[in-house]
Amino acid sequence: MKKWNNRAWLLVLPMLVLVAFSGVIPLMTVVNYSLQDSFGNNQFFWVGTEWFEEVLHSERFHNALGRNLLFSGIVLAIEIPLGIAIALAMPTRGIGVSICLVLMALPLLIPWNVVGTIWQIFGRVDIGLLGHTLAQWGVDYNYAQSPLAAWITIIAMDVWHWTSLVVLLSYSGLVAVPDAYYQAARIDGASRWAVFRYIQLPRMKRVLLIAVLLRFMDSFMIYTEPFVLTGGGPGNSTTFLSIDLVQIAIGQFDLGPAAAMSLVYFLIILLLSWVFYTVMTKADEEAS
Amino acid sequence: MASISLDGIAHAYEPNPSGDADYALKPMHYQWEDGGAYALLGPSGCGKTTLLNIISGLLRPSHGRVLFGGQDVTNLPVEQRNIAQVFQFPVVYETMTVAENLAFPLRNRGMSRLESKQRVAEVLDMLGIASLAQQKASSLAAEFKQIVSLGRGLVRNDASAILFDEPLTVIDPTLKWELRAQLKKVHRQFNHTMIYVTHDQTEALTFADKVVVMRDGEVLQVGTPQELFDAPQHTFVGKFIGSPGMNILPCQVHGDCASVAAHRIPLAASYTALPGKLELGIRPEYIDLVECGTSDNAIPVSLLGVDDLGRHKVVAVGLDGLTVQALLPEGASLPTAPAMVFRPGHVKIYSDSVLVSSL
Repeated sequence: MKKWNNRAWLLVLPMLVLVAFSGVIPLMTVVNYSLQDSFGNNQFFWVGTEWFEEVLHSERFHNALGRNLLFSGIVLAIEIPLGIAIALAMPTRGIGVSICLVLMALPLLIPWNVVGTIWQIFGRVDIGLLGHTLAQWGVDYNYAQSPLAAWITIIAMDVWHWTSLVVLLSYSGLVAVPDAYYQAARIDGASRWAVFRYIQLPRMKRVLLIAVLLRFMDSFMIYTEPFVLTGGGPGNSTTFLSIDLVQIAIGQFDLGPAAAMSLVYFLIILLLSWVFYTVMTKADEEAS
Repeated sequence: MASISLDGIAHAYEPNPSGDADYALKPMHYQWEDGGAYALLGPSGCGKTTLLNIISGLLRPSHGRVLFGGQDVTNLPVEQRNIAQVFQFPVVYETMTVAENLAFPLRNRGMSRLESKQRVAEVLDMLGIASLAQQKASSLAAEFKQIVSLGRGLVRNDASAILFDEPLTVIDPTLKWELRAQLKKVHRQFNHTMIYVTHDQTEALTFADKVVVMRDGEVLQVGTPQELFDAPQHTFVGKFIGSPGMNILPCQVHGDCASVAAHRIPLAASYTALPGKLELGIRPEYIDLVECGTSDNAIPVSLLGVDDLGRHKVVAVGLDGLTVQALLPEGASLPTAPAMVFRPGHVKIYSDSVLVSSL
């Protein structure tokens, strides 16, 4: 008969308390709200899955989700190749390395709303360097009126802010390639493309997986930049899920739908991250 | 396939070399024959890899010219030199299979799929890894990865030369002998010019027709294994080659007689008065240990220690503060009062570390 030592639970307890307060209790509160309708004076009525059905069938939610997917898709499609290209162009030895690394790390240190504000002012048609210059050249760029301009601005912000992360991750993969590999490739008469395809890319694969996951999750949660720039406008053109959620929860104070929506939002991120992870690790396993 | 000439090659990693010490490779002129198997032998940091990289084109020499078959290739990039090189640590393209790895250099040079397939099959057979052909290179153990890199070096029949940079370091001893024998066979079969860098004398002596002994960026001697053993041109070569290496003892020389620590040693030939620091070199194999007093020329010595290597014993004896190593054949017994006799024909005289020829 195995003897259980129940004192072991004491060792786990601090962690359990921490997780309970940081994760489980807040999450369960949200679950609680999502299943009930609330009125003033703390009156709650059980509504079952009604809020979930409402959220999943609402056009407003579908549109916001579509915007999110489009945004994350565009951001990944630009930042990953661009990040790899910059990492490949960075020097691997000498003083240039530290200079490049510091320059690359700088955008990562700037808070989201500051980035938003910088670009918001930069792009203004009346006083912004970019907006005014473009207006002088006769380019019709006004993020307050044109959805396209607003999208371009937000994507530019995100690319400016986060491509560095992809660069730094890719670079860390690249510097791990021993010189002998490049020498062997020259001896074997490999083209530049073959060197990238067969030496550099395989080495970067693991870090790129992390880069894609991080950039996907983070871009899917986009909130601050469109909020600072246009508050979700013009119209609803930059109302992403998070902005919509805040409008429902705080603007309209509809706690039930907001709770249901945040749970759905969370599950979507979880699901898509899992898909990315599985697909990429599968590819990795097949390779080895 | 081509002969390789080094015309005044020298290399300094710093831009303006002032003294000898600034050169990783000191100026040298050599002509290496087409189809020869050469070994560059020397301790770590002696410049052998630098020299190899200059030949392959990975490094541009700061001075001099490299010629392949009479054609100046100094300024040609690696890709255009038609060289194969195998590195110390395994380099494989991890996402490819073993067969794809071997085909890579061929396909890059525009060989047809069919032709390259045949050639790859030959090399796989030759190296005994045919069963691994379809495995991913990343799944192989280090020594098989190195065999694959070796294969990539051997796969091109038209290479001007195949260079090996200590390729067997990561491979275990039994497989080492086998692979070395394979390389030797490949060499005889295809007659490639092969250059093999190593710090292991056994490897160099068994592999090469000609061994190039280097130290401090300088070539000290180029010769067949026999020449290096019998007539080392430099005391370093004597000490470096052989196990144990040559005994080098300070001496004085008068005509056909040398004296070491006041003991007379007859020489096979006579010498004129010699300048510089004089040393006498004799291989342990050519020292006989006898009982004291049995021979006129026997020098009484003290016994310092014996290492039994099975096939023979290495006996260290002391002579007025000098240590001399001698070989005692299997079965021979140690003299009770040892004395040593140098066989006169095998005593070499060095002036400032360089071999002096007799009159």
